[in-house]
Formats: sequence, C-alpha cells, structure tokens
Amino acid sequence: MKFTLSWLKEHLETDASLQEICDALTITGLEVEEIEDPAEKFAAYVVGEVLEAAPHPDADKLQVLKVDSGSGIVQVVCGAPNARKGLKGAFAPVGTYVTGIDLTLKKAKIRGVESFGMMCSERELELSEEHDGIIDLDTDAAPGTPYAQVVGLDDPVIEIAITPNRPDALGVRGIARDLVAAGLGTLKKDTLAEIGGKGACPVKIKIDNPELCPAFAGRLITGVKNGPSPDWLQQRLKSIGLRPINALVDMTNYISFDRGRPLHVYDADRLQGSIKARAGKSGESFVALDGETYKVDEQMCVIADDKAVLGLGGIMGGEDTGCTQATTNVFIESAWFDPINTARTGRRLNLMSDARYRFERGVDPSSVEPGLHLATQMVLDLCGGEASKVEMAGEPPLRNLVIELDAAKQFKRLTGATLGDDEIGKILQGLGFGVESNGKGMTVSVPEWRPDVHGEADLVEEVVRIYGVDNIKPEPLKRLSGVAKPVLTIGQKRVQRSRRVLSGRGMVEAVTWSFLPESEAQLFGGGTAELRLDNPISTDMSHMRPGLMPGLITAAKRNRAHNMNDAALFEVGQSYGGTAPEDQYISAAGIRFGQNEMSGSGRHWSGNAAPVDLFEVKADCMALLCQLGVDVGRVQVVREAPDWYHPGRSGVIRLGPKITLAYFGELHPGMRTKMDLSGAAAGFELFIDNLPQPKRKAISHTRPAMTVSDLHPVKRDFAFLVAADVAAGDVVRAALSADKKLIEAVNLFDLYEGDKMAEGKKSLAIEVTLQPRNETLTDKQIEAVGAKVVAAVSKTTGGEIRG
Amino acid sequence: MSQIEQLETEILAAIGKVDDLAALEQIRVLALGKKGSVSALMKGLGQLPPDERKSFGQQVNGVKQALNKALGDKKTALADKALAQRLATETADISLPVRIGPLAQGRIHPISQCMDEINEIFADMGFAIAEGPDIEDDFHNFTALNIPADHPARQEQDTFYFPKRADGSRLVLRTHTSPVQIRTMQAQKPPIRIIAPGRVYRCDSDQTHTPMFHQVEGLVIDSETHMGHLKWVLEEFLKAFFEVDEVQMRFRANHFPFTEPSMEVDIRYERSGNEVRIGTGDQWMEILGCGMVHPNVLKAVGYDPEQLQGFAFGVGIDRLSMLKYGMPDLRDFFAADLKWLRHYGFGVLDVPTLAGGLGA
Repeated sequence: MKFTLSWLKEHLETDASLQEICDALTITGLEVEEIEDPAEKFAAYVVGEVLEAAPHPDADKLQVLKVDSGSGIVQVVCGAPNARKGLKGAFAPVGTYVTGIDLTLKKAKIRGVESFGMMCSERELELSEEHDGIIDLDTDAAPGTPYAQVVGLDDPVIEIAITPNRPDALGVRGIARDLVAAGLGTLKKDTLAEIGGKGACPVKIKIDNPELCPAFAGRLITGVKNGPSPDWLQQRLKSIGLRPINALVDMTNYISFDRGRPLHVYDADRLQGSIKARAGKSGESFVALDGETYKVDEQMCVIADDKAVLGLGGIMGGEDTGCTQATTNVFIESAWFDPINTARTGRRLNLMSDARYRFERGVDPSSVEPGLHLATQMVLDLCGGEASKVEMAGEPPLRNLVIELDAAKQFKRLTGATLGDDEIGKILQGLGFGVESNGKGMTVSVPEWRPDVHGEADLVEEVVRIYGVDNIKPEPLKRLSGVAKPVLTIGQKRVQRSRRVLSGRGMVEAVTWSFLPESEAQLFGGGTAELRLDNPISTDMSHMRPGLMPGLITAAKRNRAHNMNDAALFEVGQSYGGTAPEDQYISAAGIRFGQNEMSGSGRHWSGNAAPVDLFEVKADCMALLCQLGVDVGRVQVVREAPDWYHPGRSGVIRLGPKITLAYFGELHPGMRTKMDLSGAAAGFELFIDNLPQPKRKAISHTRPAMTVSDLHPVKRDFAFLVAADVAAGDVVRAALSADKKLIEAVNLFDLYEGDKMAEGKKSLAIEVTLQPRNETLTDKQIEAVGAKVVAAVSKTTGGEIRG
Repeated sequence: MSQIEQLETEILAAIGKVDDLAALEQIRVLALGKKGSVSALMKGLGQLPPDERKSFGQQVNGVKQALNKALGDKKTALADKALAQRLATETADISLPVRIGPLAQGRIHPISQCMDEINEIFADMGFAIAEGPDIEDDFHNFTALNIPADHPARQEQDTFYFPKRADGSRLVLRTHTSPVQIRTMQAQKPPIRIIAPGRVYRCDSDQTHTPMFHQVEGLVIDSETHMGHLKWVLEEFLKAFFEVDEVQMRFRANHFPFTEPSMEVDIRYERSGNEVRIGTGDQWMEILGCGMVHPNVLKAVGYDPEQLQGFAFGVGIDRLSMLKYGMPDLRDFFAADLKWLRHYGFGVLDVPTLAGGLGA
C-alpha cells in the first residue's frame, strides 16, 4: 500500500516528522517498506531568476545571463532560445551532478565568457524529453526556493506492508487512525456528507445471490462532463504508481486508496435495463477492463444487466460499459462482496485488482452508502451533473459486535505489564472502538472496518501494538532445575552422533534436497504418484526422495564435474516411504568415490588411496553401528542389497531375520551410468529408526564389575583350504562355535586366492584366541580345542586344514 | 718408574689409540688374558719375599681395575660412535608430507552445527526437542493454526501440494515448523517447553529463497507465561547464539494467524566487509516472528484458553547461520559443493557446548 505524506496529512493533523511517522507505522504493525522522497533527487536545484539576458559577444546562439540564485547573482552562459529577462527556472549551481546529462557542473569558459552553473531543461532533470528550451516556471516563489517544492515534487511516497488482518489500513484514512492512536496527532474531521439527490434512480438494482453480494447501493448522475482529472488528482495517483484515465475512473481509484472503499462507475448509456448482482452461468463471459476475456460460472459473483455480464463483482468491471471521456451519464456502484468468494474467484481466474485485494480482506460493510455519497460529491465537484436519489438493494452485513473486556487483567495476563483501564480505553478509542466502562472492565464496540477483531485477545493485541512491545520488560522464564536436565531423545542423540562419527571417518556432510526428478526417484525404489508434488518448482524437483543415495550420487557427480574426484560425502536426514507421518524415516547414508580411504584420498608418495570398494563402506557401516550401540558381533551380513548396488559386491546388515540395519556396497555400474556418475563409487545407507532401542536405563550408571582372568590367553593359527565360494564369515563363525567357553576371539588374518591354489579353491587363515578360565591350559587341552576348531570348520564349510 | 707402572702406561696408551672393537679386544687379551702381560706379572708373585707380596698384589690388582675401566669406557665410546655412524646413514627427509587423517578431512554441515548450537542453548532453558513430519495434512499445517481454507494467509504461503486424495483433501509439504506445535500439544499435557527444528518448504526460488530451508519453532505453554517471558527467552537466545553481551531488539507488531499479539523482531547490526556485527550499529534487520499463542490454536488442540497461555516463535536456521558465519548465498547450503562444505563446514570435534563455547 502506497501513499504520500501530503495525502496522509489530508486526514492527519500532525507536527511529526516523516521519520517519526514512519517509525510509528513500523512499530505499530504497518511496516514501512520504502520511503521514496523525490525531493532528494532535486535537492541541488533552486529557483533561479534571470535578471539580465545579453547576447554572447562571440556566438550567435548563446546568451549571457545574470541569474539570481537566491544566494548571489551569477553569470551563466545559456543556449536556450526561451532564456529571457524575468524568466524563473531551475538553476543548478557549480558542483551539481546533473543526471540528465550525466555531468557534474564546473566553472567553465564558453567561447571566452565565464559561466557559473546552468539553467536546466526538463530533460536535464529527467522529468521529460523536453529540451527545446529551459524550464519556465509560473511561480511567485523567490529565487533560491527549492525547485522540488515549487513544482510539488517534494511529497515523499511511503510504501507499507499490509498484513492480511488489516483491511482498514488499505485506505489512507485508516492509516491515519493508527497514527492518531499511537499519539502522533489528531484525525481531521471527515468531510463526508449525505447527498440526497433528485428523483428516483432510473437504474434499478436487484440482488439474486445475497450470499455473494449482500448489499449494493447505486445512483445515476446525469449530465457529467468527463475529461482528464485535475492536476492534484493526477499527481496523487501517479505518485503511487497509478495511471490517470479520466476524472470518473480516477475518482474511484482515489476513493479506493483514500478510504479503502472500492467503487465502480458504468457509462449509464451503455446499460440495458436493470443491474443485477448474481451468480454467473456457465457459458457466460465478458471482456474486462484489462482487455482480456473471462469465462464465468455458477460459483462467481457477476454484475449483469438485462442483456449481458458486465463485470466480476468486487474484482473488475467490463470494457463495454466502462466510462470514457465521452461519458455523460454515469452509474456509480458501491457494494459489498463476500471476501471468501471474491478471493476464490480471483484466484481461479488469476485476476488481481485493487478492488479484489480489498474485498477479499474485508471492506468496511458500513461504508456502502457513505462511499456512494463520497463518490457522488467528488463526481459533482470534478464533472458537474445532477445526482439521482440512492438506489439501495440488500443490507450490509454489519456485525455490531460488542465485547466485554476485563481490560487491565487481560493485558496483565498476556504481557506481564500493567496498564490501567483508562489508558487501555484511550488507545481503543483512538483506533475507533467504542468504549464504555462497566464496573468490572469495559464494553467495547468494534468498528465495522475491523473484521479481524473477534474477542478479548484481539483487543489486547490492539492495545499491545499501540502501547508498544518495546515497553514490556523482559522477565526470566522460571528455571526448571538448577542444572539443566538432558532433553534429547535416543533418536535425536543417534542422529547427532551419526554426524560426528561419519565426519570423524573423513566424510563431509551434505544437506541435499528432499525432492528429486521422477526418473531418479524410480531408480531408487520411489517415484510413486502419491509422492509426486502437484506444483513442483521444476521437473527436477517433482518427487519426494525415497532415500538419501540419489542425492548423494548427484552431489558426487557435481563435485567430479568440478574436478573434485576423490572424496566422501554423507547425509543424515529424512526420506519418504509414503505420505503418512510414520512413512518418513531417518537414515545416515554415505558415498565414497574415486580414490578414497578413511586415511586419505588420491595419490600419495607413501602409497595411493585405493579406488573405493565395498569394504571401505562396510567399515563405515560397522563403525557407525558400533558407535550407535549395536553389538556388531551379533549382526548378520547377507546379500540381497537393493538394485542400485552391485549384485555381487554389496550386502545387507541385519539383526535377526527381520530388522534391516543397513545396506552397503559398490554402486551398480548400470545405475551409475543412468545417474551419469563416472568412476568408482561405493555407498551405504543405515536406517537409524531400525536400531534396537537400548534397554531401559537402570537408575544406576555403575558398570558391571570387571572380570579379567590372570591367566594368559593362548593364540593358535589355522589355515584352511576351502571352496572359492565359501564365505569367510562362515569359517569364522564355525571356529567361534567350536568351544564357546574357551574361544574368545577368531581373527581372519589371511586370504589367498592366487593362481598357486587349486582351481576353485582359496585359503583362509585364522588366529584363534583361547582364554583359560581356571587354570593354565595343557598342550593336550589346547590340541583338543584345535581339533574341535578344525572339525567345526570342515563340517560347516567343507574346508580342509592345510599342512 | 717401576716396571708395573710402565706396563700400565703403555697399555693405557694403546687403549687410547685404538678405534675399533676388535683391536680393543685384542689389547684386552694381550694384557688381561690368561697369557697376558698383566696376568704374567702375577706369576712372579710367589718369588717375592712375603712382606712384599701383599703390596705387589694390591698394585697389580689396581692396574687390572684401571685397565678394565679404561677398556669398558673405550668400548662404550666406540659403540656410541658406531651407532652414531649408523644413524647418520638412516636420515630421512623430514619434509615429506604426511596424511593427517580423517578428523582433519571430515566436516559437519553448518545447518547441523547451528541446530546443535540452538539445541544446546534451549536445553539449558529447559526446552525439549520435538519433531514432526515434513508431509503434513491441512489440519496441522493450516486449520489448527487458525488459518482457515480461504484465508489470504494461506495463499501467501507458497505451499507445495500433493495430489488430491480420494476424500478430496490434499497433503502439503509443511510451510513452517508450526504444525509441530499442534502435534506436541495434542500428544502432551502442559506445561510444555519445546523447540522444533526442521526442514520447511515454500514454492519459491530466487537469489534469497530456496524451495527448502530450515526453521526452528519454539513453544511454551503453561498457566502464566507472558510476553515478558517471550522477550527474555528471545534475548537470551540471541545473545547466546551470537555470543555477544548485548543484543538490541526491536519488536514490531505484525500478524500471524496462530499468534496474538504477533510480532516481528529486528536486531540491531552493522556490516563490516562481509562480516555482520550483531548488537552494534545503526541498522535493523528482521530476524524472527513470534507472539502469544492464539486462543483458537489452543482450542483446536482441546486446551482451555482461559486456563492456559504461552508463546511461540519461529526463526530461520539457515539465516541465523549466514549471519553468524558469513555465508553470502543461501543456495550454496544445498549444493553439496565440497569446496564450500570444507570452507564453511565445521570440524568433527567442534561440538558446541555451553561449557566450551558454542561457536567454532
């Protein structure tokens, strides 16, 4: 909402400065977004009067002027044909930067005659393209008067942001009222007067759908003389960015901005019969004032005559019946349209207008008739003519709302501050509320222009915003305990910890988009219609991500494109299995690409990092699981990782048959090609929500007593020849199970599948640690355990002990 | 000089000259070996008169001791020298670079780091951390927050919608973290003190807007919490987050459907190069929105607005992070560019704590 300072002062009697006014607006909720002071641009220019004009001694087309600049008489060489004694114009002294010619004026010598400044043309001031002569002011202003002041360019334009609850501030008078309440002045008396008019209005009004348009006032003014509106009105509209059309149309725009009261004017000679406010019918359409054709339907409120749809109620009138310079008889509409329907209609047609903006927020319903009188007065003033009596249909939906307010108590309750009933009453009255004391508090009647006020809390809000939140003293929130108690849930702690663990493994955390293109979503198990956005920002962001891996692959690809070839990225965040809240899940995922190991990336004199493989990411998974409290000795590693992993070089980590903890592995080369990621890449996805909940923590943090044997552990190595497809994990597990009491650990320390082995065979070597419990083991006992290990391994894997 | 003394002098001189272990051993054998020159002296002991034997024996033993010591010292000296020579051949180029390991490579994203900082501050003030889904229904994202279907505020939110469902309703991507207020109040009995950090979405994309960004919501509900408390909490939070002794705030009345009164808060700042200094300067910058929870919101979750009240606020985490750490462009946060992440990211062990300080 834009207005100028002088416009505001039409309604507000004040001594406050522009800055004070703007500060008050901002603090009380009408945030000033911009102040544009055109005077600033012309600050250097003053009225200069030509005292003498003599021909230049050495140039036919130049004159030598003596100019009174207010602060002295200076000599100016001037080439303008209209320069003459007695002319008053815009004088720019030496030092002025003249925008129209992009030049800072210096003392100059022109054909041997000194010149101190310039008498300017409109083009030089960027006011117009006029450059045939210098500005010739018709003014009584004394030399030295600021030029901007003389031509009325000194009216600052203020733009404020309007929150949806404040339709009353969509008129300058409403804004003035807020400032009055804030103590910045007094509201000038409203000049509004009822105009009776002569004779019944020949144009009859009928409301067919009162739910869409409950009230419609109108009247005919005959014999008007339309034409360009006067300068002051044009200037005002131009200053807020509106284009003057003709006096009748300009009048409606003016009142719309002055009072927040939209109106419409019809060329009465183009109307056929009576005027109706009704629901549209499918098949109907009309050409609006913007030149576009709009189709209407049953859900829209149209204004029609006996023959056709004329316009959309509360949004835009039609081209056919609009007022032109030729209009001599005008029908004025002042109605009230349902806000919700107006908003819906405008939205469906994608049609915005100043009228819609006001009606959808709620125009003061009590302004239907007064608005018509205001318009009548202005038409009579600007265009003459004779007004008929008012024709009124329907009833404005007045709320007549009265609220009992326990003022001081409610104010104290919500703000903690103390304010007496008197002061509260004064603030409310300043805002136009009716206030009556009622022993216990006050009875407040709500003005019709405040549709946002419903109850006590709304009134307190009004008081608080005028009183000023800055005046409320901060008060410490009560501490719940001396030392703060921990607040994180186990899930939140796991998320935080995952980030630290993975970054501690040299990975860099990324935050990638929650949405991705359909093709990618489908590659990673998503892309269903349920998770498609109806209005994505682009097709690249059309579907909710089914997991974190595609975003990380895209990130890896982009980094490789920037020549960052060997690195590791991870993300911990949400993905979407469906649209229900429980379908959203948290995972920690990582990707390593190029030559990357935990210890470093790329080439190095001490040994290059190997191209990433599944074991690097398996280690990431296991390390993270371990740090998240999972006993990695109990997990199972099986195949069956999803499609986007290499089928032979990937796995799933499970806890029991049902709980999937993680996927890991090298990325499927086919998928990588589809995702356009070159080079080695391996990744993992760990499902934090699937981790087992820790057992309910005992009250005590005491650890179980440590039991350590004094007896030294004994280590024995075994090498097995097994079939190439035997899983090393099975060998280890078999060995561990050979004697659960004595065998404490089994470490696989060698794998050999070179060409010295028999076809289809490989060698696995394990180190078995025996921990004696009660007494030192004899060689015989050790041998016996060894035999059990060999037997167990060969039974489960078919392996043979190597000599 | 006696014969013994002369022998000692000669042998000591020989030890002094020798410079390898083998020659030294040879000297030892020649002097102290079974057939050595000093051992030979003892053979003449029996031929001496008895009164001289003792002193002669003592003299010879003295020489033996002196020679043994000299031999031992020389052996040590030679071993030291040999070691020094060997070590000299083992010199490495100490300027060769080493890999400094994963702790130096890893980074935490600024958003995660700031969330940790924010959690730390609010945990101290007794706030728990609440969470809610990104995909929300109309009730939680709008209706319960006092934003009716045709309210202009709903149009101003640039909402992402999912397709219409069988019952005609449409799910949305939450446009703010405020639905977590509703979910928390539905699930919990007051008193409530929570913050709810998370992703939010608006159908908007330009230099200063991304379709996804992060907010943290705050909510306090009990029987007495008022705007004075709200001001205090925000002031303490901003001071702690920006790590300044004072932060000047300006509260501007505003409108949010779910709070009443509603305010936007500006903080005083100045810009010095790419650094934004909070707490000083002569400019105001909008930083957050807040207000007292609207009675309609309390009613929507079955609370009695006559008995319960409280405040709510919402802050952009990405924006806080930019102000504190100086990233120039929001869009970079989600580009996963390694150069950016390494520059603006945080070290593994930069864990924010109140004891150790929040910022890193």
